[in-house]
Amino acid sequence: MSTFATQFLKQARVMAGDLRHRRTIRTALGNYEIARDKGQASFQNWQSARQLASETKWEAINHLDKYLEQFVSKIEARGTKVHWASTGEQAREIILQIVRDKQSRSIIKSKAMTAEEIHLNAALEQAGLNVVENDLGEFIVQLRHETPYHIVFPSMHLTRGEISELFQRELGSAPTNDPEELTMIARRVLRKKFLTADIGITGANFAIAETGMVSITENEGNARLTAALPKTMITLIGIEKVLPKLADLALFLPMLATMGTGQALTCYNTMYGGPRQPGESDGPEEWHVVLLDNHRTELLADAEQRDALHCIRCGACLNVCPIFRNVGGHTYGTTYSGPIGSVVTPHLRGLQDWKHLSNASTLCGACTETCPVKIDLHHHLLQNRRNAAKGKPVFFERLAYKLFGFVANRPALWVLAKKLGRCGQPLQNLVKGTALDPARAWTQTRDLPPLAGESFKDWWRKRK
Amino acid sequence: MIITLFIPCFVDAVYPQAGISMVQILERLGHTVVYPEETACCGQPAFNSGYWDEARPVAIKVLEQLKNAEAVVIGSGSCGAMVKKFYPELFANTPQAELAKQIAERTWEFSDFLVSQLGVTALGANFPHKVTFHDGCHGLRELGIKKSPRTLLANVRGLELVEMSEAETCCGFGGTFAAKFPMISTAMGEVKCASAAETGAEYIVSNDSSCLMHLQGLLSRQGKPIKTIHLAEVLNHR
Repeated sequence: MSTFATQFLKQARVMAGDLRHRRTIRTALGNYEIARDKGQASFQNWQSARQLASETKWEAINHLDKYLEQFVSKIEARGTKVHWASTGEQAREIILQIVRDKQSRSIIKSKAMTAEEIHLNAALEQAGLNVVENDLGEFIVQLRHETPYHIVFPSMHLTRGEISELFQRELGSAPTNDPEELTMIARRVLRKKFLTADIGITGANFAIAETGMVSITENEGNARLTAALPKTMITLIGIEKVLPKLADLALFLPMLATMGTGQALTCYNTMYGGPRQPGESDGPEEWHVVLLDNHRTELLADAEQRDALHCIRCGACLNVCPIFRNVGGHTYGTTYSGPIGSVVTPHLRGLQDWKHLSNASTLCGACTETCPVKIDLHHHLLQNRRNAAKGKPVFFERLAYKLFGFVANRPALWVLAKKLGRCGQPLQNLVKGTALDPARAWTQTRDLPPLAGESFKDWWRKRK
Repeated sequence: MIITLFIPCFVDAVYPQAGISMVQILERLGHTVVYPEETACCGQPAFNSGYWDEARPVAIKVLEQLKNAEAVVIGSGSCGAMVKKFYPELFANTPQAELAKQIAERTWEFSDFLVSQLGVTALGANFPHKVTFHDGCHGLRELGIKKSPRTLLANVRGLELVEMSEAETCCGFGGTFAAKFPMISTAMGEVKCASAAETGAEYIVSNDSSCLMHLQGLLSRQGKPIKTIHLAEVLNHR
């Protein structure tokens, strides 16, 4: 078992029994579900909207070469510098180089999961640079030296009280339970950072090929300040974020808001087309766009699972996933958690090391049902399992299935196995739930039903 | 009609009463029931674990046994989904591809078969209890079965059906998942049992015995009074 798998099992065991965590997440997501359902109902036909979104992303992903080139030529025409990064390491190097060239002293950063994916903050800090997260949730987890708990809600695992305690400890603020006051505390700290930062780093929600624009969705206005105030702006985008046309946003912006937070639209949706142009009064003097591959083209080459690149990172699959809800985001131990994370992490970081995430699912399909761009998530988990077993079968597991098949296909042996089971069950009952119990994984928390004295087959034969 | 009944392995060994109820209901409706005695398991445990090469021999046996069936009825949404939805995938590009596809088209989950194929909605059952219905995820999402079991339950005398909150959330069984990740499985089961208990129901009814085995296991261990029962047994209760 990989060390990642061991860590996952250990953490999952703790979190699954954490009733306080279970309640916190259930309450938070209960409110989300009500808002999401209302949002979906405001679409004329939600299922058609999903179909259209899926087809639009299919077009974009299946012609990624064409649309990326179009995006780049358009955005370069307005003076943006575009960088291509094959790996996370390359992307980090590109960004570090820009930061060094600018002799930056203070960096602010709005929310970007791609930056989490390439561990950008750690790299900047290692180079002696100071980088401050300015999305409220990200600011909170950064103060806690934690990674985001959720793609969209980075600090949803924390209560107001915990955030207040954190602010008292780290920022020296007065205790308060009022969300508005807590926000104001963060705002006072962040405003100063905005005003002094010389570099702003953002992510992107969509890259529009037709017009060469980057669309950023947010609620706090922090990304707008990140783009507007510092002299230099850097935007890190996964190459799968491209959409063919500007008009596609008419569907994707409300869809992302509905599934992400349950809003009809988020408070701010801004399209950026280039650095400050002659005659313009604001915007960065320089804009660098870093296009990140980091194994995405390998996923693109996998015809079966290519649609995982449709993902708009709305987090809807996490919210409905009973595994996520019971083990929490940090347990996954990787940037992208929940069903989409379990599907793509093996592609991004290695199947054998991360196959446990695909196994940690009941294949219930709630994720696939909710996904706005119709990624066949739970079947991809099944495909990951198949590929993992094919690539490196677990000896005893394969042996067990072979043996099971051998017995199941021989009626006499099957009858004998049931008989042995019936005889063995009283013995098993004596050691129920202990280390000696072969069914311990089941019996530690659950009773096993007794094998029937007369099986269905016995009944059928007798009756004949 | 001659109906071939596929009895899942755990129904055969642990819950024969569910299978017996299916036979009795179908015969009472005037149909002939055939039971291919050599079928044991649909092969889902190996398949879902990714061991498709090990699942195939088990599934081939099933295909052979069901080859000449006019209609195949499976007393479990999960095994039903395996045959109807996943066999064609498991056997894609193999000599059995065509046969798997043909059998998939002639296979139905029990409650769905009654309502959508036989047009039966009332079976003259009597079950004077308050119940809640648990949808197994495979039946619900792979096969799209939601209304049929409820239609049948609505026509049971004395029965009161109360829907639980988060009714479509998985109970946490998930086959080998229950043994590989027992603590997550248990947490999910606890959430489900709590939702069911909130309704004040005496029974959790389902068309999947496997979910019920998991839930009953938890309920018994925790000494909770709510009981579990397969849909076919309720429908066969006079």
